[in-house]
Amino acid sequence: MEAFIGILNYAVFFAITAGIFAVLCLGLNIQWGYTGLFNIGIAGFYAVGAYTSALISGPPPGPMDWRVVGGFQLPWPVGFVGAALVSGLIAFIIGIPTLKLKEDYLAIATIGIAEVIRLIIKNESWLTNSVWGIKHITSPLALPIERGIRALLRANPGFPLWLQRLVSNGYNWFYLGMVVLILLLLYGVSEKMIRSPWGRVLRAIREDEIATSTAGKNIFWFKMQSLVFGAMIMGMAGSLYAHYARFIDAETFEPFFGTFLIWVMLIVGGSGNNLGAILGAFTIWGVWAGTEFLTHGWGLTGYRAASLRVISVGVILEFILLLRPRGILGEEKVVSFIFKKERR
Amino acid sequence: MLKVRELEKSFGGIKAIDKCSLRVQIGSITGLIGPNGAGKTTLFNLISGVYKPDRGQIWFMDDRIDGLPSHQIARKSIARTFQIPREFKEMTVLENLMLIPKHQLGENVFNTLFRPVDVREQEKQIMEKATSILEFVELAHLKDEYAKSLSSGQKKLLELAKMLMSDPRVILLDEPGAGVNPTLMRKLVENIEELRQQGITFFLIEHDMDLVTYLCDKVIVMNKGRTMAEGTPHEIKKDKNVLEAYLGS
Repeated sequence: MEAFIGILNYAVFFAITAGIFAVLCLGLNIQWGYTGLFNIGIAGFYAVGAYTSALISGPPPGPMDWRVVGGFQLPWPVGFVGAALVSGLIAFIIGIPTLKLKEDYLAIATIGIAEVIRLIIKNESWLTNSVWGIKHITSPLALPIERGIRALLRANPGFPLWLQRLVSNGYNWFYLGMVVLILLLLYGVSEKMIRSPWGRVLRAIREDEIATSTAGKNIFWFKMQSLVFGAMIMGMAGSLYAHYARFIDAETFEPFFGTFLIWVMLIVGGSGNNLGAILGAFTIWGVWAGTEFLTHGWGLTGYRAASLRVISVGVILEFILLLRPRGILGEEKVVSFIFKKERR
Repeated sequence: MLKVRELEKSFGGIKAIDKCSLRVQIGSITGLIGPNGAGKTTLFNLISGVYKPDRGQIWFMDDRIDGLPSHQIARKSIARTFQIPREFKEMTVLENLMLIPKHQLGENVFNTLFRPVDVREQEKQIMEKATSILEFVELAHLKDEYAKSLSSGQKKLLELAKMLMSDPRVILLDEPGAGVNPTLMRKLVENIEELRQQGITFFLIEHDMDLVTYLCDKVIVMNKGRTMAEGTPHEIKKDKNVLEAYLGS
């Protein structure tokens, strides 16, 4: 029983992380899956969201910290909304010069901006505390919930060990519920928008910009909306991560986890399908987590283990591209909502 | 009327359009002919805003439209088709058409989220219109297929259907006849004549002289980036310069 609770607790931890990745995937799916915007700087928007949220809702600088601003300790929802807004603003600024150019330029600009953001985090210690990171970020409702859990355990000393372990993990269950709720909400809004005439214009831009433009659509403006909307979602994922991990630093937003893995998730799950984006996040994170046990079992450690895990993700990507190039769930043929309702 | 004055456009060292001036009367069907490389499609690209001219002016009614982005020109009800169809490949035929109408309520996300009833109502109207146009061009049975899976002739028809969706005042047709079978061609001709009755202006590039003679009130001949002759189809067929440059003797 205790072993089972151990697995269950791990599953909760796993699902929270995968859920945050799924939010990132939804953001990328708007940009790439539907509009064809080649954003390879996801990590940048993710980091901006995490730091914005930590500075708005996190603790003030401690005596050992280098940073001098931020830590306003505002309620978490304020930090969450702030993360979305600041990420969106950064996307807007990047979009002005790059969205008028062809897609390759957007790719170069986004990867460049993501690296610039990472270097700012690493060096501007007054704002980000540099490589020491921001510590002790408060999690929403953590204090009352954890106090409640302690009180419950104190009042019931007779709980068997497995129940004690289950109850002590209560806060993670709460956080998982929050992540799932936000994921579902973002999924619902994205679906609604993609299946509307707005989404139809995005898909047309993905297929042929010139033809969309001669149909009277302002493609620059639509691409801007897509870039900003996707970036806002990525910023929200950053906020969710910061307040769960309670610690962030520049290492967290390395291109591998922040960008590369998100792309693999979207491609494997099915670019152009929001359900596919979520499925891809859980699948690939499952592979990633699973290979940790595997390499552990084989007695591999350090670089050798890490390399093997990267290779395994790469091999899966290859298989998907060869066998199911559109991903596990590809884009649906008929997308606009008007058809769906007519047929049922 | 649609007026082009002293228009110039170069690509590298090549002057594709060289001081080209012409007029297209409202309500007319005007043909544009000329040898390959004469600049006909480039002229269409300049009028529809795909390219910006280097020099010169383009006027539509009382507005100067040269240099405007193509979506703004499209909003002035100038529609065009492409010589090589530019269908939205991974979208269904019906969705290809439903994209076209301008100023759809649902293109604003706030309307979709907060005025769903109005958006749905408009979507329904657009779908009905698209369905009837598809019936007209005889593509109705393919409405839920990806546009990329149509044959090249069918893609041509899809281009026409897209153009019809946009309620245009001026229609620029780039070789509408190429690759369309004779039965459909007759239907297309009937349709053009009917739309002209409604006051729509046609400006079309076409190599099929029989079609041009039958359909057009006026023909403009281009060569080497400028107009070399214009007149009724009859006059053009007798023009010595035109015979030499294009039609052959």
